[in-house]
Amino acid sequence: MSSLIRSLALAVGLLCSLAAIAARAAPSDAVILAKMPPKQLSEFGFFNDLKTQKPAEGVVPFQLNTPLFSDGALKRRFVYVPKDKAAKYDATEAFDFPAGAALVKTFAFPADYRQPDQDVRLVETRVLLRQEAGWQAWAYLWNEEQTDATLKIAGAKVDIKTVDKGGAPLAFTYSVPNKNQCKGCHAFNGEIVPLGPKARNLNGDLDYGAGPKNQLAHWTTVGMLEGAPSAEEAPRVPDWRDAATPVQARARAWLDVNCAHCHRLEGPASNSGLFLTYGEIVPVALGMGKRPVAAGKGTGGRAFDIAPGDPDGSILLYRAESIEPGIMMPELGRHLADPAAVALLREWIAGMEP
Amino acid sequence: MRRPGILIAWLAASLSGSSAAELSVPAGPDAAEKLTEALIMAQPGDIVSIGAGRFELTEGLSLDVDNVIVRGAGAEQTILSFKGQTGSGEGLLVTSNQVVLEAFAVEDSKGDGVKAKGSDQITFRNLRVEWTNGPNEKNGAYGVYPVSSKNVLVDGVVVKGAADAGIYVGQSENIVVRNSRVEFNVAGIEIENSMKADVYKNVATHNTGGILVFDLPNLPVQGGHDIRVFDNEVVNNDTANFAPKGNTVAMVPKGMGIMVMANRNVHVFSNKLDQNGTAHVLIAAYPNDYEDDNYMFVPRGVYVHGNNYGEGGGAPDGEVGKTISDVSGTPVPDIVWDGVTTIPEYFSWASAENGVYVDEAEGTSFVNLKMISQLLLPWGWWPDTDIASYKGSLPEPPPVKLPQDSGA
Repeated sequence: MSSLIRSLALAVGLLCSLAAIAARAAPSDAVILAKMPPKQLSEFGFFNDLKTQKPAEGVVPFQLNTPLFSDGALKRRFVYVPKDKAAKYDATEAFDFPAGAALVKTFAFPADYRQPDQDVRLVETRVLLRQEAGWQAWAYLWNEEQTDATLKIAGAKVDIKTVDKGGAPLAFTYSVPNKNQCKGCHAFNGEIVPLGPKARNLNGDLDYGAGPKNQLAHWTTVGMLEGAPSAEEAPRVPDWRDAATPVQARARAWLDVNCAHCHRLEGPASNSGLFLTYGEIVPVALGMGKRPVAAGKGTGGRAFDIAPGDPDGSILLYRAESIEPGIMMPELGRHLADPAAVALLREWIAGMEP
Repeated sequence: MRRPGILIAWLAASLSGSSAAELSVPAGPDAAEKLTEALIMAQPGDIVSIGAGRFELTEGLSLDVDNVIVRGAGAEQTILSFKGQTGSGEGLLVTSNQVVLEAFAVEDSKGDGVKAKGSDQITFRNLRVEWTNGPNEKNGAYGVYPVSSKNVLVDGVVVKGAADAGIYVGQSENIVVRNSRVEFNVAGIEIENSMKADVYKNVATHNTGGILVFDLPNLPVQGGHDIRVFDNEVVNNDTANFAPKGNTVAMVPKGMGIMVMANRNVHVFSNKLDQNGTAHVLIAAYPNDYEDDNYMFVPRGVYVHGNNYGEGGGAPDGEVGKTISDVSGTPVPDIVWDGVTTIPEYFSWASAENGVYVDEAEGTSFVNLKMISQLLLPWGWWPDTDIASYKGSLPEPPPVKLPQDSGA
């Protein structure tokens, strides 16, 4: 064998073993549990391929029936639970994850919303790490080359230029939250908690490569979740965009996800007395006929959070429509309005008995 | 953009668990980001020291670490300007315990000025919160804003231009507000749905209303009680109400001195009241419809005594001013009680501890508008101006003691 061929064979062998290493990549429990977060997202080992967001073994993608609006960002969500451990099912709140678990969410924008799968720019990846003492939240900002993301503790501003679904250019400044702002939403009685992975919002299908499968069933099958009932027995919120679902349920699902992380008795906006969880049944707590307490200019001159039958007399709609800081709701996480959501809320309020 | 220095210092401190440090943030380029980082990276026991100069912030600041002092170089020297703010509902938000904020200014925040939510032992000292364009309905609602907190000390602050209340303490317990100056706000100081508050030695001037003690329905904490308002100067409250409609304070008439609405055991004494055009003191029920079985809309146990009244009541303003002066005539008496009681009490009596008592110097004027009689007996009622028949007293709550306040 000539030395040339030998070198080639060596090189090919090396490449193969490198590829094998890459394919075997798995999240590092030690990094997840470490007191300090790594500087680079890659150090967690959540992805086999960062750029294409191909998850590592044991990292499971998931989606929510009704997602939070974040300036129209495309989101890719992943969950990791250490081998031989499982999250405990909860019918109402986020599941109780074991130490070492992680939730990973990448925010991205396409160059053109008419082709949302093409030319997608990854902007930030947020991680929620379940440690012995509780959850930690960190945000990683992607580099220009899209090869890795770097820890950003103080947040960042990112200029986004894209084209909306109607073909109009859309430019705005997107905010990567600082560490405290993470908790501005992810707080339950002052402690950081996950928001997305609740039974009602996970109870839907996802294609894991072999056709659609219910996510609760899949999590149970792979051993990540214990104690879950069947999909039929588990609660479920609809997709707020599903026109076949009654307006009331869609609106309540939207409020549950976009507002109720703060607007609940245990949340950052508890003092408002406006409670918007999916399970809330007291009309005045939901805002109907409720006067504001600390709204300031956020009232828009309107007297009630929700004036049944009168969307334009309802503070809730005014603040959902606004993009002015100090008025808009949620306070964090958006700079743009979501016209479809505003239209849904309008229809919901208009249809209420005055 | 990252400055490895501060991050490494923080990492080192975190890993070694080392003791108190001073994180200094001087003015200059990147100062806003440095300040944001310092407030995040602070460890319990640390002092975040903000240098003199102007800091232009585009995002709200927040602190979530216990036992931290955030100290500027003075309320006129260290200025945090939020004129260019694009996010967050307030200028500075504190969500941790044992925090002292002192000697800096927060200007032109888009929402509230400085807020503390769910904090135990929160101190606001020698701060200035101001909307520099003067009274405007587009200003933020509250200047200094502790809410759902306990052991609250507001000492020596200045607040100007708040579109709701300059100093607002809501749903909190154990509160001292003193030595502060509030002007050109809708409400100067407001204590709402709170328990055990001492409000003293403040100056409330050129607001719409000087000092308000309110209780509102449909909130997680209600039934405010044990409030003492004393030794304050509540004078020349003469700014037209600029609160956006829909807010409770939008009903407060220009020229209101001290107003007590639907609260329990409120003591108003030794204050100086002068040149308040609607009324110096108003005691009133919550006037709106509401749905809340746990809410008491009538003030219970109010004791007004030993105050000093100058001229006032000569220019009753707005709907409330008209409602009062239509019955009382102008000038409106120094002290006004709307006379609203619950219906059962109207037909029997209110127990002694729920009464309204007035004990003032000779010459002080008073009116009970007897609004409930207006409603029930529209053909035969008259207001009661016999101040002597309201003489009496209530046992005073003990002074509020705060763990963080040794040198009171």
